[in-house]
Amino acid sequence: MPDPAIATALLVLAGLQAGGPPPERQGELLHRLKHDCGSCHGMTLKGGLGPSLRPEALAGKDEAGLADIVLHGVPGTPMPPWGFEISAAEAAWLVVRLKQGVTP
Amino acid sequence: MRAAAALLALSLPLAPVVAAEPRGTGDLGLVVERALGSVKIVETTHRTALARVEGLGDLSHASAVFGRDGRHAFVFGRDGSLTKVDLLAARIEKRVVQAGNSIGGAISADGSLVAVANYEPGGVKVFDTATLAEVADIPSTPLDNGKRAKVVGLEDTTGRRFIWSLYDTGEIWSADLKDPAHPRIERFAGIGKLPYDALVTPDGRYYVAGLFGEDGLVVLDLWDPVARPRRVLDGYGHGEEPLPVYKMPHLEGWAEAQGLLFLPAVGRHELLLLDRGSWEEVGRIPVHGQPVFAVSRPDGRQVWVNFAHPANDVIQVIDVPSRKVVATLSPGEAVLHLEFTPRGEEVWVSARDSDKVVVYDTESRQQVAEIPADKPSGIFFTARANRIGF
Repeated sequence: MPDPAIATALLVLAGLQAGGPPPERQGELLHRLKHDCGSCHGMTLKGGLGPSLRPEALAGKDEAGLADIVLHGVPGTPMPPWGFEISAAEAAWLVVRLKQGVTP
Repeated sequence: MRAAAALLALSLPLAPVVAAEPRGTGDLGLVVERALGSVKIVETTHRTALARVEGLGDLSHASAVFGRDGRHAFVFGRDGSLTKVDLLAARIEKRVVQAGNSIGGAISADGSLVAVANYEPGGVKVFDTATLAEVADIPSTPLDNGKRAKVVGLEDTTGRRFIWSLYDTGEIWSADLKDPAHPRIERFAGIGKLPYDALVTPDGRYYVAGLFGEDGLVVLDLWDPVARPRRVLDGYGHGEEPLPVYKMPHLEGWAEAQGLLFLPAVGRHELLLLDRGSWEEVGRIPVHGQPVFAVSRPDGRQVWVNFAHPANDVIQVIDVPSRKVVATLSPGEAVLHLEFTPRGEEVWVSARDSDKVVVYDTESRQQVAEIPADKPSGIFFTARANRIGF
């Protein structure tokens, strides 16, 4: 795997150790998740045009890989890159929250 | 608690819907409150909210159609629910959960059938509008993963005919439900990659589907019994890398004005102008961001456009004769939808993250009212009952 994936993996660890983004930013990210990610993945994240983001759907999937999708999108699909407004550490935190199960 | 809140919503200042005096429904409508799972019943004459009806479930991406009596709305929820709302009594008359995940629907010209587009399980189900009893189930094409293709762009046209597209498999299906027990289905495969939404022109003649996976649109002439879908605006991106799309454009609620269709380009900050006669591109209008809805004022003189995140705090007005942006307005945060009053002298705009609906005079473009609403998304007025493809 190229370096960015390793870098992302390190950020996942860093994000977890640091307890994630500041509380206010966490609120913003969860709002974004519910309402903007939700426009394709469903407000309850059970899937829509895009796949489900619920823990059972993400189980076993690599966290760094998922964070990478958040940041860079999936070419050839409607999934856009969010790196312009979500940092790598924030993406890593979101992925962990998603895998734990979020009720945004 | 919830019941008490609902009771409160129905009593106190909101009672006039259940009026002692008879009233019409021509100026009524509803505003979807997506996060609460409720709809606000509104009236456009005095620009007020009359009541809130709760208990509609997951209303993210919810839309509605109206029975021809202008009294009953059929609301399509993301959770697969179909809810029949009585606007005058301000209550749910009937609710069925008919699928796991759905995306919208349509109503037949005679008002007798309502059809729902489902993602999960993929297909279309059709219901009797009087009872919400299921009258037809039309599963879509099976996929390799054991699921069925997601249905998008479900539209009604003349008679009891419905048309839709299949997102995963690139098909258009048309069904005539003259006899609902025996739907006559036509399938058109290979129309292009990832159709994401569609519209029917106001005369009910053409079904136009947008493609996400390719630069182009597909048109089917519904008046021609042997017509095949044909590609138009092919390669409108000229091979350029499309910009990321943070919310899929919508075609329903289309803008047709002066013989032109104004369509959101996918991955481009432009509206495409398509001639309704020749189906050739006749121009483009650069706009503020990725367009989501481009809706023409009922007289076709203006087109109003909203945009995808992160440019979604703005709405732009296009003057049709000059094809120019003549106003850029800031109604609030996260503008999701807009709906014109029946004759178009005013337009209602939902600003989700500002928790309000803003009403503009479409000539002066001045704000004339503001109606509080919880995370408002879709706005639907009863005038839709009288239009094909709405």
